[in-house]
Amino acid sequence: MGRLMRTDGARGLALVSPPLLYAILMLAAPLLMIVLTSFWTQNFMEIDRSFTLANYREAFTDPLYRTLMLRSLRISGLVTLVTVLTAFPIAYFVSFHVAPERKSLWLFLITIPFWTSYLIRVFLWRVILAFDGPVNGTLIGLGIIDQPLSFILYNANAVIITLAHAFAPFAILPIFVSLERIDRSLLEAARDLGESTAMTFLRVTLPLAAPGVLAAILIVFIPTIGDYVTPRLVGGSGGTMIANMIYAQIFDLNDRPMGATLAVCAMAVVGTIAVALILLSRRWTRTGG
Amino acid sequence: MTRPIIELRNVHKYYGDYHALRGITADIGAGEFFSLLGPSGCGKTTLLRAIAGFEDISSGAILIDHREMEGVPPNKRPTNMVFQSYAIFPHLSVAQNVGFGLRRSPMSGEEKRKAVAEALEMVGLGGYGARAAHALSGGQRQRVALARALILKPKVLLLDEPLSALDKKMREQMQHELRRLQRQVGITFILVTHDQEEALIMSDRIAVMFEGSVAQLTDPQTLYRRPATRRVGEFIGMMNFLPAKLSGETSGGAMVEVAGLGTAELLSDQIPEGRAREGSIGVRPESLTILHEGQTAPREANAEVVERTYYGDMTYYDVRPEGVDGTVSVSMRNMPGRRVSEPGERVRLAWDPAAMVFFP
Repeated sequence: MGRLMRTDGARGLALVSPPLLYAILMLAAPLLMIVLTSFWTQNFMEIDRSFTLANYREAFTDPLYRTLMLRSLRISGLVTLVTVLTAFPIAYFVSFHVAPERKSLWLFLITIPFWTSYLIRVFLWRVILAFDGPVNGTLIGLGIIDQPLSFILYNANAVIITLAHAFAPFAILPIFVSLERIDRSLLEAARDLGESTAMTFLRVTLPLAAPGVLAAILIVFIPTIGDYVTPRLVGGSGGTMIANMIYAQIFDLNDRPMGATLAVCAMAVVGTIAVALILLSRRWTRTGG
Repeated sequence: MTRPIIELRNVHKYYGDYHALRGITADIGAGEFFSLLGPSGCGKTTLLRAIAGFEDISSGAILIDHREMEGVPPNKRPTNMVFQSYAIFPHLSVAQNVGFGLRRSPMSGEEKRKAVAEALEMVGLGGYGARAAHALSGGQRQRVALARALILKPKVLLLDEPLSALDKKMREQMQHELRRLQRQVGITFILVTHDQEEALIMSDRIAVMFEGSVAQLTDPQTLYRRPATRRVGEFIGMMNFLPAKLSGETSGGAMVEVAGLGTAELLSDQIPEGRAREGSIGVRPESLTILHEGQTAPREANAEVVERTYYGDMTYYDVRPEGVDGTVSVSMRNMPGRRVSEPGERVRLAWDPAAMVFFP
C-alpha cells in the first residue's frame, strides 16, 4: 500500500513537474528576484546586497514617484472607463441585434485590427493624431477648426485614445460572453411583469452582465497601468507613466534596486485595487442580488 | 361560457412564407381554464405569445377585456405569463423575484412585503422568500413563477407548457394544484400543452390545434366522446378505426354498416365531417366489451384475441373481428371473478353505436 502510494505520488509529481518547473522558473523566480532587488542598494557598478528599506522610503516620499503613480492610475482608470463604455454597446449590439449565424463573423471583424503588431498600431495612432495627420487635416478641411488640435498628441489624451483602442476587444469579448449567457426569456419575463425596455435593461440585463463588465474592467485596468510602449511613443512628457520611470531607473539611471522597488509598489497598488474590485462586486451581487 | 375576456378574431401570423396561425377565431371566457392543445409546431405557443404581446400578428385582432391589443406592448397588457423555462431571475432572491412586478405599484414597502409573503404562501412556498433563486428545485421554480405572475392579479394568466420540465409525480401534483389555484383566484388561465391527458384533466374547454388552425374547440368530455375530425380522435386518447359505409338516411341521422361488427343507426352529431358513402367509424377501446360466458348484449360480434397486455387493474386486448384484416384495441377493467382471455381465444364482442363517430 505504502509503496503504491509512493509510486502514485511520484507519478503525479512527474506529471505536474513540467508546468511546475515552468511556473517556478518563469514566474516565481523573476518575481522573487525583483522583490529581493528592491531591498538592495546600487553602488555605481555594484549592488550592495544588505537589506534596506531606503528605496521604499524614497518611493513613498519623493513627489515625482507619487505624481507618476497617481497619473498612471488616473490614465488607466480613464482608459478602462472609455474602453468599457464603448465596448458595452458594441457587445450588446452583436449579442442582441446580430443574427446568430453572423455573430462569429462580427467577432472576427472586431479582432481584425489586432492582426498587426501592437507597436505598429501605436505608431499608426501617432500618424493619425499628428499635427498634420488625418484627424487635424479633416477637421481643418471641413472648416471646423483653423489651427491643428494640439491636445490630441504627446499628452495623456493620446495615451488614453491609443490604449482604449488597443484594449477594446479584450473588453468586448467578456461582456459579449456574459450577454450571450443571459436567457432571453428573462428579458421577456421582465417585460411581462410590467417593465419597459429601459427598466428591463437596468433591472435584468445589466446586473446579469456585471460579471463580464467586471472581467473587462480587470482585463483592461491591470495591464494598462503598467504599459510602457504607448506612453513612451505618444505620451510626450505629460503622458509619462510609472512603467517609463521603472525603465528609466533601470536602464538610464542604472539604479536597478530603485526600479525594482517602483515595480513592486506598482504591483501592490494594482493587486490591491483588483482584489478590492472583486470583493466589492461579490458583496454587491450578494446584497443587490 | 361566461362573458368573454379574450376575443380572437381571424388571427393570422406569417413568418416570411410560413403561415403559423391560419385564421384563429375564438372567445375565451372570464374565469375559464382554457387549454391550447396540439403537437409541436401547431402554433399554440405562437398564439399564446401573441396574446402576451411578444409576437405581432399579421392580420386579425386580439381583444382583451374588449380592448384592441394592436400595438400594446407586453408590459401594458393585463396578462402575465409563466414561461416554459420559468424565467426565474437568477440574480434575485425568491422574494425579489415574486415582488419584481410590484416596483410601480402604489403599495408601501410593508404592504409589498406582505403581498409577497401571501403569494408565496398561496403557492406553498411560505418562508422561502430569503432563498436564492438558483437554489430552487424545478417544482419550486415553477411555484415562484406562478406567485410572481399571480401577485399582479392579471386578468389572464398565460402558461406555456409549465409542467413539461417536471417529473411525472410532480407533474400530477401540480396539475391538481394549478386547478385548485385557478378556482381560488378566479383568474382566466390559458394553458399551452402538447399533453392531451393534461388538457383533459385541467381544462374547462380545450382548443385542439393542427397546423395553425383550431380543429375543435369544446369541453373535455365532448372532445373525447365526439371528436370533430379523425385526426382529433387519433390525437386525443386512443381510438380504433374500422371501415364503414353509410347506407341510407334516417330521420335522425343515417344507417351505418361497420365492417366486422354490423349495422346500426348513427345520429347526426356522430357524423361531424359530413356524409360520405365510404369512411370509417372511430370507437374508443373502453367502448368495446369482451363478453364472458353467459353474458349477452344487444349487439354482439365474433372476434379472436390476438394479443393481450395485462396492467393489473386493466387488461388491453388486440382483437380481430370476423371479416376484418386489422385488429382493434379493447380495454377491460379486471373485476373479481373475471377471467383474462388468452391469445387465440374466440370471444364475443359487445358494441354500442352511441359510442361511435363516423369520419369520411
